[in-house]
This record gives sequence, structure tokens and C-alpha cells, in this order.
Amino acid sequence: MNGVTVSAKVNGDAVQYVCPADESLLDVLRNRLNLTGVKEGCGTGDCGACSITLDGRLVCACLVLGAEAEGREIGTVEGLSEGGQLHPLQEAFIEKAALQCGICTPGFLVAAKSLLERNPNPSEEEIRYALAGNLCRCTGYDKIVRAVQSAAKMMRRGKKSAR
Amino acid sequence: MPYETDFTNQGFTKVGTRVNRPDGVDKVTGRAKYGADANAAGQLVGRVLRSPHAHALITKIDTSKAEKLPGVKAVLTSKDFPDLTGGNRGLMDILENCMARGRALYDGHAVAAVAAIDADTADKALKLIKVTYKLLPHVTDVDEAMKPSAPIIHDWVRTAGVTPAPTAASNVAQRSEFGHGDVEAGFEQADVIIEKSFKTEQTHQGYIEPHACLATLGPDGSGELWVTTQGHFTFRNVCASLLGLDVAKLKVTSSEIGGGFGGKTHVWTEPVALQLSRKANRPVKLVMSRDEVFRATGPTSSTSVDVKIGAKRNGKITAATAELRYQSGAFPGMWAMFGAMTSFACYDLKNVKSVGFDVLVNRPKVAAYRAPSAPMAAFAVESVVDMLAAELGMDAVDFRIKNAAKKGTKASYGPVYGPIGIGPTLDAVKNHPHMKRKLGKNQGRGVACGFWFNFGGQTCTDLNIGVDGSVNLTVGTVDVGGSRASLALIAAEELGIDYDQVRVTIGDTNSLGHNDTTEGSRGTFSSGMATIFAARNAVEVLRQRAAATWDIPVEQVVWEAGEARAKGKQNNNLPPLSLKEIAAKSPRTGGPIAGHNEVVADGAGVSFASHMCDVEVDPETGATKILRYTVVQDAGKAIHPDYVEGQFQGGAVQGIGWALNEEYIYGDDGRLQNAGFLDYRIPVCSDLPFIDTQILEIPNPNHPYGVRGVGETSIVPPLAAIGNAVSNAVGVRMTHVPMSPPRILKAIEDGQA
Repeated sequence: MNGVTVSAKVNGDAVQYVCPADESLLDVLRNRLNLTGVKEGCGTGDCGACSITLDGRLVCACLVLGAEAEGREIGTVEGLSEGGQLHPLQEAFIEKAALQCGICTPGFLVAAKSLLERNPNPSEEEIRYALAGNLCRCTGYDKIVRAVQSAAKMMRRGKKSAR
Repeated sequence: MPYETDFTNQGFTKVGTRVNRPDGVDKVTGRAKYGADANAAGQLVGRVLRSPHAHALITKIDTSKAEKLPGVKAVLTSKDFPDLTGGNRGLMDILENCMARGRALYDGHAVAAVAAIDADTADKALKLIKVTYKLLPHVTDVDEAMKPSAPIIHDWVRTAGVTPAPTAASNVAQRSEFGHGDVEAGFEQADVIIEKSFKTEQTHQGYIEPHACLATLGPDGSGELWVTTQGHFTFRNVCASLLGLDVAKLKVTSSEIGGGFGGKTHVWTEPVALQLSRKANRPVKLVMSRDEVFRATGPTSSTSVDVKIGAKRNGKITAATAELRYQSGAFPGMWAMFGAMTSFACYDLKNVKSVGFDVLVNRPKVAAYRAPSAPMAAFAVESVVDMLAAELGMDAVDFRIKNAAKKGTKASYGPVYGPIGIGPTLDAVKNHPHMKRKLGKNQGRGVACGFWFNFGGQTCTDLNIGVDGSVNLTVGTVDVGGSRASLALIAAEELGIDYDQVRVTIGDTNSLGHNDTTEGSRGTFSSGMATIFAARNAVEVLRQRAAATWDIPVEQVVWEAGEARAKGKQNNNLPPLSLKEIAAKSPRTGGPIAGHNEVVADGAGVSFASHMCDVEVDPETGATKILRYTVVQDAGKAIHPDYVEGQFQGGAVQGIGWALNEEYIYGDDGRLQNAGFLDYRIPVCSDLPFIDTQILEIPNPNHPYGVRGVGETSIVPPLAAIGNAVSNAVGVRMTHVPMSPPRILKAIEDGQA
């Protein structure tokens, strides 16, 4: 194997891996770093199941090369909760029954977190467009949108009370 | 002892509440393990080589170069799958679909497979396999395939269900007929008759998780299969039959399942993965690409349907007929039969006849897709019902109410209905605020009804009580959308304990007796029934232990609110024993406390739904926007209302995709042109409004809690509801699904011409 050695940060922790130059970051995360919370639904950037953040920007891991992550910060679903404390989005997805099979859930959570960081008070339409790159075949998106609305409210309230 | 399955109208304290699902944390943290998330030491990567041709003789497969490539550990062709089917044609069809036997029958049909040390090597090996094809004429359209001039897919197929039995081969595998009365006489009595033809295109279940498995099979014939499946017991039986294994020596574990909708009820690559593993004597992980999922698994039938319905001026239907032509892909199916059975199931008809034709074409073997075959029949029938109401000058909902089936109606497919929900769903539609919303320019409203049988089937469940009083419930149906929560609620209800005290596990094939596949909306219905009885068996044990502890006859012990209570004045001095207390003493009172049940869960109550839909059609582009959508459906009893609503919403949106966007597009060369989520466009979040739901509860008399399956019916009405809405918006009857922008524009143009 003609490998590339890469140093990056995943969910805040330093990692090092060697991968072929043409290997996707999705395969690196799943097969080399055992982060199987990142899902593969299509491999062509059409379904969003592998949504991650790269230096804070939302991307499909299947469309990024492992080699491109050199020196960068990767965020996956595994990094959402802090210790035993679930992220408000995770809590809301459970409470609002926003998942059925759950395969798309990690991608939705990462995409929704990215949205709420940019826009803490999104309208229903803004939520729907921000999540249009993530496919869900089970829920019809109804309870997903409601969960994101609920988490956004929780987070805004949390920020106010922290002040 | 068989239990009484009759509905008892008991009160509930847990059932019907909206608790958090027990697998929620696993699924929001990425911990839940799906088909592609398991690995084994020394595993190989499996890959499948697929035919690029719609129909071709395979004259030669040269695998020698692939076998010599370093890192390749096994190469398979059909020669590695000897015929062990014992003349069972259905099994042979499954085997031949897994690996072509001398002939490729569709674009995407597997012709060879490899296992190699990594994906790169496996992909290189596939390229080194040289297959020599001799192209044969092909047919992919259902109506074309029925013509006498069509290329014959299988020379051994004779049309079943026809007398006298035909002697010549045909692409029509089966004719099936249902109905009663005299339709000719019925049409004679009609004042108005509407007759119309419809087409629907082929769609895929579109689960986001591709098929994936990890197979281990040794030379001793013992193996394990980790797989994303709706039916691990069925997969075990089928794989064992095809590969000559003892059923007991193949342990199949269902992973978390990333969507199925019927598409994961059939084996595709699993026998191939097991055979690769046996040949290489190493674990083999085989994960399909999305392209493979579209080309070689799933889809539902494309169809062509003629419907004729006649009615009196007073709005009473006098006769109805349908001819339904469904393609089943390259192997015989029974899909038109289901279409024929469901087509008129919503109505109380004196004279009715439906005839189905199952037709072979050069497309992938059709699989079940959520209420399989019912949506297409409903599209045709519910469209004609709307046209007839308009012709009679009647409100479309009132017309349906007037003709709706009810208790005592002889269904068009045979049985006589018990208490059913079609009338109540229509009454709910009539009174729903949705129906009073004003419509604007280019907007239209549509209503449609739907029916599905539901299924019960073989079920086996174990309930074990720990020494601390916590409960492990092991079931053999898979959790496709929150059923763990529903089953835990049922166990908690029966035992009288907290929901959080119950943990639900999906047992593998070696830990429970056979469970039928999780299909036919049976998960919560049948495993729920078995859970009730397993829990009642455990309660018997708990009562016995309490009686022994108190040294009184067991008849004097009752189980109430999660504790044993001694009845009778003579026992007034005996304080109740909680489940926790009895469990703690169990090592000294007779050992572990468990309840077990195996049942054939008969009596799955039929299910009905009525949907309302408002659309706006852009006359310039032909694009349709869903403005409002409301589902009303009878759940019998909603164990966990959130997940019942979720089934209603999910089915409706799959139907919206089918109605407006989704279709398999084949070129003249018989190749699938849109095998990816970019070109096969399923609904996305921004396409949709909130999907409103209303749960009705008309108890199923054949379930202790009154439960009916809820998973499938919700996909039946949408094609017709949207078809009626679009037709009302543009003023032209839509007869071809999906109603994509080009089709709508053409219909408007044709309507103006």
C-alpha cells in the first residue's frame, strides 16, 4: 500500500492514520478509526448519512479524501455528547420520536448541530432547507423538524439562563 | 396452554403513553450497530460482478486471472452453487437470482463474486473476470411483455390459474381472479359508468442502509451470519436450504436495520457471502453499493390497470371490475394477485370482479414494498371513484361513505369483515378542519382510501426476570421503527411494573424458536401478543412463588399492580409481595422466573385509512407542491402513539415520492439509467409540509388489547389522493404515476388540445 500518513483531530482528540491516497475520509473514519456512527448510504454525496464537520464546515465524508484531513478538525456524531450529557439535539430526537430505523440519525444530528451553530433560531423553512441534503426514508421528516425546533428552543433557553 | 386472544377492553396505565424508546441513546450516539458496522478478525471483502445486459446467454466465464491475483482468496460462479433445491422452483428462483445460472436475466443480475484481502484487490479481481455474453432480445415493459411477439423470459413458465392449462410458454406466470355477484347484470343497472386505464412506474423501497452482512462458514458446515434483515429466521432457513447446511448450525443475528419496507425480507447476497466464506474459510464482509441496491434488489412492480365502475344516480355502486397487470421482474411473483385482492376492499359491492396478471420482464426480481401491490390498485380504483362522484354531481367523500364496506360486508377478496375502520376514517375526513381550508388558484384537493390485510404469523418470545426484578424481554421480530418501546410497554403493563424496568432484546436464531419475518405490519401485533402471554406465564410463576412463600394455595394469590396479594380474610396478615421481593428470593424458591410463549398470531385485524391532500401545481413548469397532507387511520389500539404517527407519516411520504418523483427509468438497451439517489429522487425535507395525523382506535376483536398492524396501510392512499388533488388542480385527469413535471405539462397540453 502506497500510504499517506495523516495527523488530524477527531472530536477533539489527536489521531494519526495511514491510508491510500484515494481512500475516502468516510472509509478512514469507519474502517481505520472505528467510528462506525458515521454511516454510508450512497457513497456519492446524495444521502447525507455520512455528514461530518471538517474545521466546522458541514461535509459528506464520502466526498472528502482521508488525505485531505491533514491538520484539520473532524467532528462526528460520536463527539456530540459531552461525557454523560447528551446534546440537546440528541435528547430532542429521542423525546420527539424523530427516528425510526435510526440509520440517518447521525447525519441529521451533525447537520442540525451545524445549522443551529449558524442560526440559533431557524424558521421551519430554514430547517427544512438546511436538512434537505439528508435523506430519511422512515419518518417523512415531520418529527425530525419538530425535534430540531425543540432542541433550538432548549439551547436558546440554556444560553439565556447561563447569562 | 393456548391463551384466549379475544379483545377484553381492559384499562391501561402504560400502554398508550409516549415514553422514550429504550434504544434511543444507542441510536443518537452512533453506538447502534447496523449491517455494515460489524467486523471479524481476518475478514475478507466480498464483491459481486453484475451483468450489464438486460438479457444474455452467459457462454463462458473465465475467472483464472482473478484467481491468480495476489490477495484474492475465493472466486465464485454458479458452478459453486450446486442445485440442492430438490425441485422446489421457488427456492431455485431465489438461488438463480443470487447468482445467474447460464443466463443473465436483468441489468444488475449477479454473475460472479470474489473475496479478497481488501476492497481494492476485490475490485481489481472483478475486472479480471472475463464473461462472454451472447445478447438475447429483452422486454422491460409490462404490457409489451404480455404480447405474443415478446421475448420469452423463461421457457418453463406456463400461465397458472387458467383452464385448460396452457401448453405454450408465456411471460404471464399467473392469472388470479376475485369477486362475487354478476358484474354484467350490475353494469346493466348502472346509470353512469366510468372506465379508465392507468399506469404506475417501478419504485424502490429506498431504505438508506444498503444490504450488508458479515458471513462466517467453516468446512464443518457451521456458520454465523450477521445481517441487516427483516427476517433472520427466514434468512437462516433459506441460506441453509440453498447451501446444504443444518438449520441449527447456522446462527443468524439481525443487526440494527436501517430501513426495510419489505426489501429486506428476501435474501440477495447473503448465500453468496456464506459460500465465499466457506470457500476461503475466512469471514467475508459483503456490503452492497447504492448502485447495486437499485439494480439488483427490491423494487416493486410497475403496473398497468384498467378499472370500470358503474353507479346509480342515487350514488350506489352497482358493479366494479378491474384488470391488473403487474410485472414481477425476471422471476414469477404473486404481486398482481395482491393487487386484485386489495383493489375493491374498501367498498361494499354486490357485483365485483378483479383479475390480476403476474408478468415476467427483464428487470430485478420484485420484492415486497410496504402493503405490496395495494397502492397501484388504489390509484386506479380511487381515481375512477372520484371521476364517478364528479359525474354524479356528488361530493367525493359522501360518495365513498355511501359505498363504504362495514361490519358484515363480504369483501371483494372473499372474507366477511368484522368491525372495520373505513367508514369511521371517512367520517373523520368529512369533519376534519383540513377539508374546510380554502384553496387558491392552481390548487386542488384530493381524498383517497386504502386497505391492507395485515399479517400475524409464527412468533416466539421469552421473558426473563432478573434477581433485582428487572425484566429482559427477548423477541424474534426486528425493531424496524420503535417496536422495542411498544413491547416494553406491553410487558410493563402486564407485570404492573415501570416501563424502565424492562429491557427488550432482539434474539438471534439460536436463542428463540422460529419467528416469521417482520412483515405484514406484524411486529407489534404478533410479538405484542406473544409478550402478553409470556408475561402472563411469568405471572403464574410469580403467584406460585408467593403462594409457596406464604404456604397458602395458589388460588388465593392474585397479581395486581406489580405485586402478589393474598386474598381472603384468613390471609389478612400477609403483606403483598412485590415482583422485586419475589425475584430476590427466587434462588431459594425454585430458581429463575421466566415466561415463554410461542404462538401463531392469527386474527391480524384488517386496516383502513383515508387521506386528504392539497396541492399546488405550477402551470409553467408542471411542478407540484404538497400544501397540506392529513392521514386518518385505524390503529385498533395505539400502543405507542408517537411511533404509530411515525408509520402514518412515513408511509404517506413514501407515497408522495411515488406519486410525484420516483421511477425506474430504463433505456431501450434495457439498462437502468438512474441507479442512484441523485437521479432517483426520494422526497427531501424541503419538499414537504408537516404531515398531520389522526389515529382512530376500532379494536381488533382478535387481539387482547385490540391491536391492528399499522405499518403498511399508510402508503396505499397517497398515489390516488395526490392524483385526485392534481387532477382537480389542473382540470385534467392524471392517469400515470409518477406525476412528474413533464407528465403533468403533457397532460395539460393534451387536455387543452
